[in-house]
Amino acid sequence: MRKIGIFAFSIPVLASALFWWSSGPAHSDPQWVDSEVEVIAGDVSAEELFEARVEVIAMSCAACHGTDGRLRTAIPAIAGRPEALLNLQLQSFKQDRVPGATVMPRIARAYSEEELQGLAAYFAALDP
Amino acid sequence: MFNQPISRRESIKRIAGFSAAAAAWSWPSIAIPGQGASGRVVVVGGGFGGATAAKYLKRMAPELAVTLVEPNTRYITCPFTNLYLGGIRSFESLWHSYDELRQRYDVEVIHELATDVDVDGHTVELASGTRLAWDRLILSPGIDIRWNELDGYDEAAAEKAPHAWKPGDQSRLLRQQLAGMKQGGTFVLVAPDNPFRCPPGPYERVSMVAHYLKNHNPSAKVLLLDAKDGFSKQGLFMQGWAEHYGDMIEWVSRSNDGTVIRVDADRLEVETEFGMIHAADVLNVVPPQKAGFIADRAGVTDASGWVPVRPDTFASALVDDVYVIGDATQAAPMPKSGFIASTQGKVAARAIAAELTGRVLLPEPSWANTCYSLIAPEHGISIVGVYEVYNGQLREVPDSGGVSPMGADPLFRQLEAEYARGWYAAITQDVWGTPAS
Ligand SMILES: Cc1cc2nc3c(=O)[nH]c(=O)nc-3n(C[C@H](O)[C@H](O)[C@H](O)COP(=O)(O)OP(=O)(O)OC[C@H]3O[C@@H](n4cnc5c(N)ncnc54)[C@H](O)[C@@H]3O)c2cc1C
Repeated sequence: MRKIGIFAFSIPVLASALFWWSSGPAHSDPQWVDSEVEVIAGDVSAEELFEARVEVIAMSCAACHGTDGRLRTAIPAIAGRPEALLNLQLQSFKQDRVPGATVMPRIARAYSEEELQGLAAYFAALDP
Repeated sequence: MFNQPISRRESIKRIAGFSAAAAAWSWPSIAIPGQGASGRVVVVGGGFGGATAAKYLKRMAPELAVTLVEPNTRYITCPFTNLYLGGIRSFESLWHSYDELRQRYDVEVIHELATDVDVDGHTVELASGTRLAWDRLILSPGIDIRWNELDGYDEAAAEKAPHAWKPGDQSRLLRQQLAGMKQGGTFVLVAPDNPFRCPPGPYERVSMVAHYLKNHNPSAKVLLLDAKDGFSKQGLFMQGWAEHYGDMIEWVSRSNDGTVIRVDADRLEVETEFGMIHAADVLNVVPPQKAGFIADRAGVTDASGWVPVRPDTFASALVDDVYVIGDATQAAPMPKSGFIASTQGKVAARAIAAELTGRVLLPEPSWANTCYSLIAPEHGISIVGVYEVYNGQLREVPDSGGVSPMGADPLFRQLEAEYARGWYAAITQDVWGTPAS
């Protein structure tokens, strides 16, 4: 069994349900959710969760690179480019080692090395 | 109860929101994912948030029946409206259609206004009287203007002193007024207090207005009366204004009596907090705003006039099975931008696909935003934010994001202007399928 920190509503869920029960669904206070739950995965593997996380991050990329990263404008298409190259670029952005880079270092710093590696693999696997 | 292994379905249920525990406590109003849900999703509003959510729902779960309700047969973006005002973009280039959603993604698009929501009966009522049933409802109605909140600013006043903060005829009117302004005249922009649609918008607007005036009316003035003491990308804007427009643009902060409290649209005059009267030749009022009225009808707004949401999925914090995205939401520190509305639509679509199909996994979410502004046609600046949920609240991912550097060279500014145009082409392709031109 692996312990996986996944995103979910937390606290002891039970306690929250009781809180809900007693207070009714009138919660103007957003504090009632707490997202740091640890769930022990059964048939959801760490790999599946990681893949899902990469897919969700990748959806944001489309806003500048087009759906599935396929659009070519001043901003390059990223679908189907070599994984090693994409990974090198993303890791270099994260480490602020690309002279003249504009928005990408500010974006790449928000993600872990593994996530960036995952994104490189994800877009490399798509048809250009 | 966290010490036992859970199945995939259980994890989705938990992610989707308390359902596992709720079932144990027979909480009545929570649907059990994948059980008895027939998979009908209605999306109200075909703008950045709603059109994106409809498309991505069908991409992730083609078996869901998705209906988009939007009164307009074409969508006109607010982004790049300022470039149109500045004379560097055609009005038609801001138009987008719903063809891709219909033809490629099999979304049913109904061109009507939604007039009411019955949350208990799970239906939406349209202007024609038609009722649409849903298992999940997504609202992305954008903003409505709080008419008369600013004394003297009502719908009639907006015909003389346009806001041009919702696209369409208002933008055309403002463009005509700008082009017809007398030589040496004064363009006055009234900027509201937070929160409002597009935090850098008023400042990009005066930039593009100044760009136009510099070429066509060089002795004109631009006066920006602001209800705030600071604004998005302020240092970059002010440096750019000085560089391109000298002293043409004057910004008056709240502390310097910039807050406008009354508008006289007939005389084209405004009055500030401390009694100063400013006369304008063209008056552009960006008024106070609130969530689109349909959010009120659904009971998802709170006293602020905006919509509180569960941070992870953008499900309403007040009403089950209703999701709200885009400008209508209270999602600080996220800005009210088209980019983030679209990202919110994707994450909400993923959450709904997870709930209704039991097959799609919803991991820890992530939302990105980049807002470009043009100070001059070849001078772009940007602000980036990447967001996460931490302790039940949205926050910016630490040590990420931020604005373009001060003092960057002209090539950097030019690149960001090119990327701004690339971004517009990409997001309109991603949301409406508009081919890049
Ligand atoms: C001048 C200006 C410049 C901007 N520039 C940028 C920029 O560069 N980048 C950026 O990211 N953002 C920018 N924005 C912000 C952007 O326009 C908004 O954040 C974005 O439109 C929000 O998307 P939304 O889906 O919430 O609302 P909208 O895009 O406004 O869509 C709402 C839709 O819902 C429909 N609707 C409303 N009520 C109903 C109803 N009852 N029934 C059916 N349909 C309904 C409306 O017709 C509309 O089509 C700018 C805004 C302005 C004003």
